[in-house]
Amino acid sequence: MFESPTIAEFLAQSNLASTLPGTLLLAWTLLLVLIDLFAGEERAHWTPIAACIGLGISFVANVFVYSPAEGEQIALYGMFIADAFTGFLNMVILVATLIAVLMSWDYLNRADIHRGEYYILALISSAGAMFMVAANDLIIIFVALELLSIPLYILAAFRSIKNDGSELSLKSEESGMKYFILGAFSSAFLVFGAALVYGATGTTNIPQIFSIAGGIVGGTSAAAFYLLIGAALLVVGLGFKVAVVPFHMWTPDVYEGAPTPVTAFMSVTAKVGGFAALLRVLITGLSVLVLAEGGAAAWQSTTTIIAILTLVLGNFVAISQRNLKRMLAYSSIAHAGYIMVAVAAAGAADVADAATQSALVYMMAYMFTNLGAFAVVMAIEREDGSGGNIDDITGLAKTRPLMAMAMTIFMLSLTGIPLTAGFVGKFMIFSSAIQAGLFGLAVIGVLTSVVSAFYYVRVVVNMYLRDSEVDARPALETPYVRWAINISLAGTMIFGIFYPLATNLVSMVSIV
Amino acid sequence: MNPIGAEPYIVLSMVLFLLGALGVLMRRNAILVFMSVELMLNSANLALVAFAREWGQVNGHVFVFFVMTVAAAEVAVGLALIVNIFRERQSINIDDLQQMQG
Repeated sequence: MFESPTIAEFLAQSNLASTLPGTLLLAWTLLLVLIDLFAGEERAHWTPIAACIGLGISFVANVFVYSPAEGEQIALYGMFIADAFTGFLNMVILVATLIAVLMSWDYLNRADIHRGEYYILALISSAGAMFMVAANDLIIIFVALELLSIPLYILAAFRSIKNDGSELSLKSEESGMKYFILGAFSSAFLVFGAALVYGATGTTNIPQIFSIAGGIVGGTSAAAFYLLIGAALLVVGLGFKVAVVPFHMWTPDVYEGAPTPVTAFMSVTAKVGGFAALLRVLITGLSVLVLAEGGAAAWQSTTTIIAILTLVLGNFVAISQRNLKRMLAYSSIAHAGYIMVAVAAAGAADVADAATQSALVYMMAYMFTNLGAFAVVMAIEREDGSGGNIDDITGLAKTRPLMAMAMTIFMLSLTGIPLTAGFVGKFMIFSSAIQAGLFGLAVIGVLTSVVSAFYYVRVVVNMYLRDSEVDARPALETPYVRWAINISLAGTMIFGIFYPLATNLVSMVSIV
Repeated sequence: MNPIGAEPYIVLSMVLFLLGALGVLMRRNAILVFMSVELMLNSANLALVAFAREWGQVNGHVFVFFVMTVAAAEVAVGLALIVNIFRERQSINIDDLQQMQG
């Protein structure tokens, strides 16, 4: 009969120590609820400080758990995997959350919506992303995805009511509602896909799916049919989360309406979590769809088509946008396209590791650069959330020369100019695409980068070369925003100039 | 193992899933959109339970509990958003949500 283990046996078998970065952050978040309560009127000051401390604790735990000597660890009876992939993306998520908290600190004061639950929700969402990058089981992917998404629905609508009860922004609640409907819709696809994959293989564990799927693929049994439809639905569900074409329609509205720090936060964490799950499902779980020896995985053609559509649509529609947040929303769709190029390249059996590493470096570069760009947009916005148009940035070089310089570097990094982190990411992605034999895809990637220069450089031109017709309104520059911009700028420059730093950090990553 | 097998349940769950998806795409009332999303999630639950019985395991049953819990959390947030929107606009038609265009 089944004997329930003692607590000591349970701790030894479940290997809880390797889940510490995520679980410590969640535990700290629960403590934060109390801190926020006792801080009372002082909460605008103490809650974000406590949130930053929690992120620091989690970061330290992450460094200890994922030291290269440890190698790969399985926890929670195979449902949770702690390897170099998880460790690297945990760091990306924690730094992204830190920058988002710094931005929010200032933004919430300005909009008079300072409520403690903001930081609690942000940290829960961040912990969800950390569990998602460590998921080794379809059940964990689903639960972590919801832990990541549900707080984001609330945060997107956070600006709708002021502290005194008066209504503030119709856009914000509309953004929350749209994000919620599309998010719930996409999770339904994910669950149904997981159900069919489970039906085909009899397991929800991703490595076991790999070993069982090999015997099913290519046959004519019902299982082969379930596996195919299930894999397709999983890609659709995760495609919605990371906003690749044709599952992107919610992105511009949600990004424009949500409070700017929330937009910055979700444009990074939701994408990191979604792509991590996509890579694990496709590479670890379903790479047996590699039909012939040394050939490419069956899903490679699908992901290639998605990547091309995303690159072309994201970059071309961004050109016509006047609102900076909307432009950055389309630009984030385009960047999802570049990461999708890496996913497609990972479909070739011997390039899988190099492609995964390039996707990770790209996500880190995108994290620093995109958060920095959003921080500058936030600084030039007015209190009521308007004023984020491309004309509002004219003359920034005169009123705030340092901020304009930082914005220039962010725009160059998003374009992929050498000596910025964006270049390193793009270079690695395109070279892995060429290794995988996807020359057409690499060419399209380079060409669309050239197109993207058009709308990124327009921002720079507006800041430096055009004179402002409207009265030059100095952008807000509180220490918090300045620190958010400084951290982003440091990341963009350091990983751009000393690029071996980035490649060394991911050199251990292998999820095949 | 069992006389019927999983197929009829899976076919039924696929039909329910499609009905739910069509409901989300075609219905304009936010409450009905939610009900359609719930239908999609529950069709997945039906498939999971049928498969778990077919395989003679508990994994699928456990998954169903997680899906039900998460769906409850999701609906709590969604209904709060609907109430908020209804207070401002006296309408929950999702076509009225068009503050942003472009």
